Amino acid sequence: MFAAGTESAGWFLEHAWLIPLIPAVAFFLIIGVGKRLPRGGSEIGIASMLASLVIAAGTAYQWIQRVDAPVAEGELGLSRASAGFGRVVSEKVATEGHEVLPVINSWNWFDIGGLKVSIGSHIDGLAVTLLLLVAFISTLVQIYSTEYVRGDRRYTHFFASITLFSAGMLTMVLAPNMVQFILGWEIMGLCSFLLIGHWWEQKANSEAALKAFWTVRVGDMGLLVGTAALLSVFGTLEISEINEKAANFAGDNKGMLMFAAVALFIACIGKSGQFPLHTWLPDAMAGPTPVSSLLHSSTMVVAGVFLVARLYPVFHVGLDINIAGQDFNLIAVIGGITILIAAGLAFVQDDIKKVLAYSTVSQLGYMMLGLGVGAWTGAVFHIFTHAFFKCALFLCAGSIAHTGSHHSFDMKTDMGGLRKKMPVTFGVWMVSTAALCGVPFFSGFFSKDEIIDSAKYNDYKLFYFVAIIGAAMTAAYMTRATYLTFFGKARGGAAHFVHGDDALATNAHDAHTVDAHAADAHGHDDHHAPAHHSAPLPFAKSDSSWQITIPLIILGVLAVVSGYLNAPALGIHWFEHMTESSIGSGTAMSVPPPPKFTWAAAAPGLLLVALGFVVSLALCKAVFGEKKNALQGLTQRNVLLGAGHKFLVNKYYLDALYEKVIVHSIAHPISRVVYWTNQNILDGMVNAVGKGGKRSGEFVYKYLDQGLVDGAVNGSGATARGAGTALQPVQSGKVNLYGALLFGAAAVGALVLVLVNS
Amino acid sequence: MLINQFLILGAVLFCIGVYGVIVRKNAVLVLMSIELILNSVNINLLAFDRLWGGQVDGNVFALYIIAIAAAEVGVGLAMVLLIFRNRKTIALDDLSEMKG
Repeated sequence: MFAAGTESAGWFLEHAWLIPLIPAVAFFLIIGVGKRLPRGGSEIGIASMLASLVIAAGTAYQWIQRVDAPVAEGELGLSRASAGFGRVVSEKVATEGHEVLPVINSWNWFDIGGLKVSIGSHIDGLAVTLLLLVAFISTLVQIYSTEYVRGDRRYTHFFASITLFSAGMLTMVLAPNMVQFILGWEIMGLCSFLLIGHWWEQKANSEAALKAFWTVRVGDMGLLVGTAALLSVFGTLEISEINEKAANFAGDNKGMLMFAAVALFIACIGKSGQFPLHTWLPDAMAGPTPVSSLLHSSTMVVAGVFLVARLYPVFHVGLDINIAGQDFNLIAVIGGITILIAAGLAFVQDDIKKVLAYSTVSQLGYMMLGLGVGAWTGAVFHIFTHAFFKCALFLCAGSIAHTGSHHSFDMKTDMGGLRKKMPVTFGVWMVSTAALCGVPFFSGFFSKDEIIDSAKYNDYKLFYFVAIIGAAMTAAYMTRATYLTFFGKARGGAAHFVHGDDALATNAHDAHTVDAHAADAHGHDDHHAPAHHSAPLPFAKSDSSWQITIPLIILGVLAVVSGYLNAPALGIHWFEHMTESSIGSGTAMSVPPPPKFTWAAAAPGLLLVALGFVVSLALCKAVFGEKKNALQGLTQRNVLLGAGHKFLVNKYYLDALYEKVIVHSIAHPISRVVYWTNQNILDGMVNAVGKGGKRSGEFVYKYLDQGLVDGAVNGSGATARGAGTALQPVQSGKVNLYGALLFGAAAVGALVLVLVNS
Repeated sequence: MLINQFLILGAVLFCIGVYGVIVRKNAVLVLMSIELILNSVNINLLAFDRLWGGQVDGNVFALYIIAIAAAEVGVGLAMVLLIFRNRKTIALDDLSEMKG
């Protein structure tokens, strides 16, 4: 063992390798003895994640000390304190004088052909951020899961898989070289397959698991090819060496570096659900909600973004990012397309988890866009803040399904009006939504705004517009989801819950458990034992029990305060200061400093967000207010508006809102005339916007998703099946025939050998 | 020493073994035929070892093959035994569940 950093690195920095090791060992313990334990192995999982969290926190503390150490007596601390608003370039120079070296510990793993492959830990600002994030979120999600999957028939396996999943992400985050990186990356791929298909008895679930696995595998080819290309260019697999050599790149084979960057980026597209390969992410919602939450916040999907951030010099130099006159590059283009396409699709989803899934895809697009325009800090900080509020949103969705809507995730049939009965869930949801939409002074605002600002100031004008339009769309679809879930009239399962006779919702829930399972299409087929719930929090008696609400509250608080670690609007650049040594700097690479924050620059984006919010709220009121009446039969509003509106009511009936508008307007031109003449301006707008959104959403879904992407996948499947059918007769099952084939083939081989050699 | 005789012996044993593997329906006899094939290879190895310089390579290989053959026949006979217990037959024709 040798330390490549300075000698004074602290105990936690030297022993960070324990962070992934503890959950990895815990995985085997859970598999081995979990079923015999009173809590089915969940205690081992939670204990291991807590231990990792403690070590990660210690590592973070010592890293902070390490970064601040040279600053303490120097002039830098003063200049930073007085810099206040915005960060100036000269300060960057000052920092480089005190370049903070990463702490690298490694052991020889194996030697192959003169190439030493090591295993160990590479600690720098980026790794510390992700370590703390993953350990923290995993701990909360596991505590949440003890209630959410209580009584599941594969309870022990669930905790084993989710623990190994975290271990995989932590292994990858710590990786000092590409081999360990790939190891962690693939462990996650495997565990995502296991967890998405957790309820594999339903065919849709196992198909979703396979789809996730294979789609990501397509991208993984890029990772292997890209790693091989890096090895051929730089002759090493050590990440720190690759970064240093790439940042000072001056060789002739720039094309090879570009090839490596493109290949690695294909891996990121697969893993992070970027545009052409994003189709697996919404399907991955088939897994239990805690899995979706973990998958979409801190692990798995951010792995791709992390790869770009980790090897940033390779991408920055290989793809010529921030070279003068460059208007676009691969990363920014893919990120920009992803933002818009995913946000568009989020409008037409009825499943609350699918809205959140497309929202994640869209936010990952922001992170990629940030990396593509040179806003490294903004992108990494967006990973950080996004993890908290997206995790909170998914756990809210799970809380609603678990307590409020009888295991249904359908916003239109089983939700609505839940805000009074589920105050904690509602509060956390609102805070997290505000953070996701980038409302000022919530965490998402600080990270997203830095990405948007950088796109503008680094001369990626087109992507600036893409980003602010995407922000407005985010506000609009989240308003729709919030309205459907928490406001308006309670429907279906939620109506049962809200109007239940029992004061305590948990009792009402128990009474309906059986029929909920019979009708439930989401495969939440646990709770075979009589479901006994733990106590809810005293001030929110009808909300979910404490294992669910306490993680929610913690995440909700973090969704607000995590943004203040790096708030350019308030002159705080602490996070940037802690992580900037991970960016890499060299002669061939010049990452522009983050732009100076001004409210004037942020104003267009904020105005658009506000506009998206207002328009969406108005539309929701108009559209879903009507729908509420439809379910109730004749109500006051229907009577008021008269018979002509029955048509309208029927069109807005149930899930197929947008489709029915189109179908009816084409199939029944006369009713369309009645429809138009009976509308006021607002409803006319509803129709126009609805059609436009529906058309673009459908077009994307039908032609790009279904036609292009799925077509390619199905085509390869059909080819494989054809080949299989052709070869089927050979597989007679007769051992003698197999033997004859074997020896026949050997004889032919021998004959060829003889003929060739003679 | 005439090496041809050893090689011809090996080839004859090999052919008998292959014939047995292909036409025999009895699983035990097929296993025995496989032993014949392996031993024919052993004869070849020893013969060539003797022909070229007499290092120990060929002998070591032959020893390996004997050990592996013992393990293989142990596993094979155990499987045959289990199949017989379950089905009261060891005719390979009846064991076509692996049909594609």
